[in-house]
Amino acid sequence: MRYILERLGFYAFAAWAALTLNFFLPRLMPGDPATALFARFRGRLAPEAMQALRETFGLTDAPLLVQYFTYLGHVLRGDFGISVAYFPSPVSQVIGTGLIWTIFLAGTALIVSFAIGTLLGIVAAWQRRGWLDTWLPSTLVFLGAFPYFWLAMLALYVLGFTLRWFPLGHAYGDDLTPGFNFEFIADVVRHAVLPIGTVVLATLGGWLLSMRNTMIAVLGSDYVNLARAKGLSPSRVMLRYAARNALLPSVTGFGMALGFVLGGSLLTEIVFSYPGQGYLLVQAVRNQDYPLMQGIFLVITLAVLGANWLVDLALLWLDPRTRESS
Amino acid sequence: MSATSAARATGIAAWWDAIRRDRKASIGAALLAVFVLVGIVGPWLVGAPDALVGVPLQPPSGAHWLGTNGQGQDVLAQLVVGTRVSLAIGFTVGLAVVLIGALVGVTAGYFGGRVDALLSVLFNVFLVLPGLPLAIVIAAYLPSGPLTLGFVLVVTGWAWNARVLRSQTLALRRRDFVAAAIVTGESSFTIITREILPNMMSLLVAQVIGSTVYAIGAQVGLEFLGLGDVSAFTWGTNLYWAQNDSALLTGAWWTFVPTGLCVALVGFGLTLLNSGFDEITNPRLQMERAWRAHLAARGQAATRSTPVVRDRG
Repeated sequence: MRYILERLGFYAFAAWAALTLNFFLPRLMPGDPATALFARFRGRLAPEAMQALRETFGLTDAPLLVQYFTYLGHVLRGDFGISVAYFPSPVSQVIGTGLIWTIFLAGTALIVSFAIGTLLGIVAAWQRRGWLDTWLPSTLVFLGAFPYFWLAMLALYVLGFTLRWFPLGHAYGDDLTPGFNFEFIADVVRHAVLPIGTVVLATLGGWLLSMRNTMIAVLGSDYVNLARAKGLSPSRVMLRYAARNALLPSVTGFGMALGFVLGGSLLTEIVFSYPGQGYLLVQAVRNQDYPLMQGIFLVITLAVLGANWLVDLALLWLDPRTRESS
Repeated sequence: MSATSAARATGIAAWWDAIRRDRKASIGAALLAVFVLVGIVGPWLVGAPDALVGVPLQPPSGAHWLGTNGQGQDVLAQLVVGTRVSLAIGFTVGLAVVLIGALVGVTAGYFGGRVDALLSVLFNVFLVLPGLPLAIVIAAYLPSGPLTLGFVLVVTGWAWNARVLRSQTLALRRRDFVAAAIVTGESSFTIITREILPNMMSLLVAQVIGSTVYAIGAQVGLEFLGLGDVSAFTWGTNLYWAQNDSALLTGAWWTFVPTGLCVALVGFGLTLLNSGFDEITNPRLQMERAWRAHLAARGQAATRSTPVVRDRG
């Protein structure tokens, strides 16, 4: 219990650090950020709207400390200000539309990659120096050396443009209205195959290698030899004895990979014009829509922190030692 | 064994010798050497990267080996000129990231206590914050250019090294020779620079290589998103323009395939060099290899056992 609370405290601290960073970054910008930001939109926004924007964004003439607490208060209430590019939509609303797609894309890619990579790692370690162990890791590491998004571009070119097997972008066809019916879901899946597939391909090698290497170490330990000597079935030794313990480092890596995969999916979203957070984030940067940009950063960060905490809980369940020490 | 003799044994000559003996490492080093050479002399051998030399989006031909891009500029010239900048940023950031990581990690591991607690929280926070979004947000506020890019990559990349080096320092801190140095009254600075750092040399080299791979990949990614100086010529901006000129939708594969291959080859070369170093410096892997050779010489198949043999050949 203490362990859970300790981790929770750490994530709360990390969230606070992200918030604070988010607050000070625009104020550290060379020149006067407020003027630079609002000069761009003079004439496009009504003065009252600008004033509202200034206040929600916290860029008032009040002392820095007061601004800081105003800002914290707004964020805690889920108020990230008003998007400049999508005026007058509030940032939270703009983010909401993109979040689902990114969670779908990155989440599916991460889980699929983790599951396949770990399984392959178990098999590779079990049949050490077999053909799988010899060829697959180096092939996947070679693929992993390519930039994520470049693999995506290549896949899009070959499978989308030349062979026309998959659509060239977006999350679903323009002629469909979102709804819970077979036609729409099938179309979403068809559009997601390439983006998810490329992320999986690029990250598979890491999971495989990490699992394989720990598995090899675990397979040499006494209790695995004992299990073998007892005459337990090979699959039981492989999965229940060796793999469960070898899984721990991979699960720890799962939390860290979350941020990484989210980052990678941002790039993938650009290549496939996929309407998620990454696409919005880059649009926000190009339009100098700072409130939206900061809102997206915060939402992504909070999502990653929350997921990391869940991973900690999973680790607690997997590893009795963490339970005992707490 | 005194730490200084260990440092002497892992001098430049020893490393060079080790690279030559290991096949993986030599392939990696050769790959890398080609790119470094292209980066240094290449820009003088090709035309100006921004010259309009022909019809836009021409496929590769005798006149333009890699064709022309969406503006009618030579793709090969841009690729070669980009090599210099991309590698320079990659190596600089790789080195800087490890330096900062070592400073923080070794300090935390050596002094322990409150210093350790404080620094650990610091790098753990940076580890858990998602890197690319953070990099994008910081880069968006700063003027675009190589300096901003380098700064952003260092900010988002140092924490991992700090964490690894901290645990390595913790392990070394408990060793007898460090205790001996403390008893003889050496200052902390001397102990860190003379006893601890030399003993982590192979780890540090591996980290510089690994961080360079990270720096090149992340840099290309950020520039691809348009966060670099889009008027400069680097690998990332080449890909940015390929995407923005809709290279994919017009079938102009030559505008993005060569650049991606270069990024991958440099990364692959560095990774090979790294795993080669690992086999050289890791006694266990060394012994396994000697044992397998020993068995093969007697016509026996390798087993799963961990060998405790020494090759006296």
